[in-house]
Amino acid sequence: MALRTLKKARLFFTKKLSIFAVIFRTVFSRSRTKPAGIRQAKFGMRNGLTKVTLLLLLLGSSNLAHAQNGSSSSNYLIYILLALAVLVFFALVVQVSDNLLNIEAKQIGAEKPGGSFSLFPDWSELIPSNLPEYVNGQLPVFALKKGYNISLEGEASSEKVEEARAKTYAVQPPNFVGLKPIPKLLVEEGDEVKAGDPLFFDKNMPDVKFCAPVSGEVIAINRGAKRAITEVVILADKTQKFREYESFDLEESSRQELVSYLLESGVWSMIRQRPFNVVPDPEEAPRDIFITTFDTAPLAPDLNLIVEGRGEDFQKGLDVLNKLTEGAVHLSLDARKDEAPSAIFTEAGNVKKYWFKGKHPAGNAGVQIHHIKPIGPGDKVWVLGVQEVITLGALFQQGKFVTERVVALTGSELKEPKYVRTHLGANLSDLLQDNLANDHVRIISGDVLSGDAKKEDSFLNFFDDQVTVIEEGDDFEMFGWLIPSSLRPTISRTFPNFLLPGDIKFKVDTNTHGEKRAFVVTHDYEKVLPMDIHTQQLMKAILINDFEQMEGLGIQELSEEDVAICEFVCTSKQPLQQILRQGLDTMREQG
Amino acid sequence: MKKGLLKFFKRIEPNKGTFIHTLYDGFFTFAFTPDETTKGGVHIRDGMDLKRLMVHVVLALQLAYLFGTYNIGHQHFLALGEHTGFLEAFHLKVFYGLVQLLPIWIVTHVVGLGIEFYYAYKKGHGIEEGFLVSGALIPLIMPPDIPLWILALSVAFAVWIGKEAFGGTGMNVLNIALLSRVFIFFAYPTDISGDEVWVAGLSAMESGAAASYDWFHLSVLNPLFDSFGWSLYDVKSTVVDGYTGATPLSLAFQGGWDNVTQVYTESQMWWGTIPGSIGETSKPLILIGALFMVVTGVADGRIMLAGVFGTAVMALLLNAWGATAFMEVPWYYQFYMGSFWFAIVFMATDPVTATSTAMGKWIYGFLIGFIGIIIRVMNPAYPEGWMLAILFMNVFAPLIDHYVLKSNMNRRLKRAKAVA
Repeated sequence: MALRTLKKARLFFTKKLSIFAVIFRTVFSRSRTKPAGIRQAKFGMRNGLTKVTLLLLLLGSSNLAHAQNGSSSSNYLIYILLALAVLVFFALVVQVSDNLLNIEAKQIGAEKPGGSFSLFPDWSELIPSNLPEYVNGQLPVFALKKGYNISLEGEASSEKVEEARAKTYAVQPPNFVGLKPIPKLLVEEGDEVKAGDPLFFDKNMPDVKFCAPVSGEVIAINRGAKRAITEVVILADKTQKFREYESFDLEESSRQELVSYLLESGVWSMIRQRPFNVVPDPEEAPRDIFITTFDTAPLAPDLNLIVEGRGEDFQKGLDVLNKLTEGAVHLSLDARKDEAPSAIFTEAGNVKKYWFKGKHPAGNAGVQIHHIKPIGPGDKVWVLGVQEVITLGALFQQGKFVTERVVALTGSELKEPKYVRTHLGANLSDLLQDNLANDHVRIISGDVLSGDAKKEDSFLNFFDDQVTVIEEGDDFEMFGWLIPSSLRPTISRTFPNFLLPGDIKFKVDTNTHGEKRAFVVTHDYEKVLPMDIHTQQLMKAILINDFEQMEGLGIQELSEEDVAICEFVCTSKQPLQQILRQGLDTMREQG
Repeated sequence: MKKGLLKFFKRIEPNKGTFIHTLYDGFFTFAFTPDETTKGGVHIRDGMDLKRLMVHVVLALQLAYLFGTYNIGHQHFLALGEHTGFLEAFHLKVFYGLVQLLPIWIVTHVVGLGIEFYYAYKKGHGIEEGFLVSGALIPLIMPPDIPLWILALSVAFAVWIGKEAFGGTGMNVLNIALLSRVFIFFAYPTDISGDEVWVAGLSAMESGAAASYDWFHLSVLNPLFDSFGWSLYDVKSTVVDGYTGATPLSLAFQGGWDNVTQVYTESQMWWGTIPGSIGETSKPLILIGALFMVVTGVADGRIMLAGVFGTAVMALLLNAWGATAFMEVPWYYQFYMGSFWFAIVFMATDPVTATSTAMGKWIYGFLIGFIGIIIRVMNPAYPEGWMLAILFMNVFAPLIDHYVLKSNMNRRLKRAKAVA
């Protein structure tokens, strides 16, 4: 009996509440009724803040009205308390109906990335965002507000891609995170190899073969500290010889067969697994696979140019990846520019596509995963670059291990910044021949934020499609902290950078512009990292080795390239990428 | 010029590892940004560093310094009933203020920087710039008549126990400047209690008491002014009848807002021509500093806004309660009195001791305002609360952060569950 009454009462209340809900919905968010309107990145935190502010504003205004009547009387206390009670009641009603709506949405399965089913609108939803026309509302859109674009001098001219043959190429074991320092070599100096022949493997994962990018003679095996192998150098043949693979029937074979084919062929080493950014374990299937089709890093190459003419290989690569995961292959598209990205990306099949708009690091896979489907505890996802997908596709399309790479040579210290077509692991001095404007420079494989400093006669890193050359900044600057002698990129408004024209390009050097200090400023990292992560607190947790906190604050969602922009803006000049790697390593060792 | 100076610096460089070298390094890095380049990690760095950050806070304080100096002199002559116009006897007031302020400033920096330098040398790191701001703040929150030995002790306590014991710049739990102030407040209550300390240079705070000038005023400044034919410091001046030197807060404490307005007008309190700590009296100038800091992004506007809001809420509640005359002071007039603006703009926003999360900053600021007014109005001994409220919230800041982080963690857990 009692139960029935209770049920009745609940039903009654739910009805009442849904009226509130309907009123609220119509008042606040008309755009939401469209099925695939603009959905902004949603942070629960900000949402909570909205609620509290609204409430407090109401509270404040009611108090003001009373207090300004002048004479003081304890009657007002009662009025205020009454008003408070009404407000609290109202807030409760709204809050409950909000929760009910969310539960409902979850039950009917309408919740998906980018969707918002709260009664409370995000701030960003109230302000219409100006998206380019080609974003037509079919796909989810993430407009990220935070971030910072560092625009530098020395952008590669996209008019043409020059052929650049390097004499030597190398595979560098330190490029792969998590490998033992001395991998097991399968070749010796003087051996002839074909493109695709295995060079070495890691003793922990003997199935994963690391293969020669080009055919030729192994001329050197260079070792670093403690005899760790740093480079396996190949003198390339004039005409490439390719290792013969048996043809593979994608339709008929099982996932296991596909995996062993990839392991043997050398393409497996091109996949990176998040968390930890390591070579994936062949035993484990990824939850999802993520591919970003644009790079927002400073002077980063335009991937539309790279994919030109390789559409079939790219699509084939996506098809293969689809067989490797139970989940989906997610492809992020660039919504920043006026013209639409290459049709190879926008028309790609067999994938889930998303538009991303925002400043750097909006193009980073880590940031995109955070918004599409974040990495939770125990999750393993894969990340591939566009050129790696092309290599994968070419293996199936052409039956060859094609490691052709379009590389952007960039930076203010190059005479002619340009795109070149070469192969994986090309020698840098060959690529940069007669192009250096100055010899007091830093050569970086990758971008200025997360790349590696290289000597001139060393090699392009495995995953890099960019070389940046900037000036070394080992010079004293008089009162540089107070009156900087040159323009420099910064997020700080203590510099009059906001007076500069929007399209200004900075000439930068490697000076630290200050000395390392303890963490002092708070909330700078959060201004540039569009993720719901407390970066500074996470870094402190890593430094004191607090596992629970590290995991709780989301260390598994980050990789070095994501915090690189935070490291750039850091007032205390802290080495965040190094700290993060230290944390990731300990997390990985602890399992 | 740069090359010459650099060469000169290199020539006088003392041996490494000596105390002198630590000192040298401090001044050298002040004159020249080092030639350090990035190693590992990012290859380029933002132009911002801690020195630049700190100096912008110091810049924001400059108006308060200018006005504070002048106001010391102005209040002194108001008490004597001479030159009562604000701009009358400008030279006398400026120099009087300077003679009073400079020793305070010098003692603060000698003691504070001395300890800072010593620890930098002992621990073998460069001199950190934390004391740039603390050293600029401390003189502004002191009464103009503070005995210098007490000041020296308080600064030593704050820097030693408050900062170096915890590991130096960026590691302290409590705000250094406020710690020095609270040290005086608890250790020497009799020396700085009452109304007398807020006006400098009176032998006693009663009608007819003589003004006290020392040899510098009489035998250096007076002859100088005399040679220009300007007015002079007059040893024979006495405190005018009926002058109490009470601050608006103590008046309000005794008899509510009516009692305050009998002595000071609203505009006097707003513009700051009232007795008080050196830098905190002029609200508009502090607000200009606040605007400067928020626009340049060196201080967090969230804390300031939340602080104003918290103060208003609590003042309103006290208005509603209305048990004493002080509680009945209309809530908006609470902003006219005391050092609320200085505290919330310059003290509460210290990034090291405040909460470090965005949400935490709203809570932190709000509670400072909320608690500060409670202490101001209800504390029977001393009618001002910001120092204690901020130090109190400094202690609680990690707790607030803890819960904000917990909520972030829970959100992540919940999301993981929802996905699974």
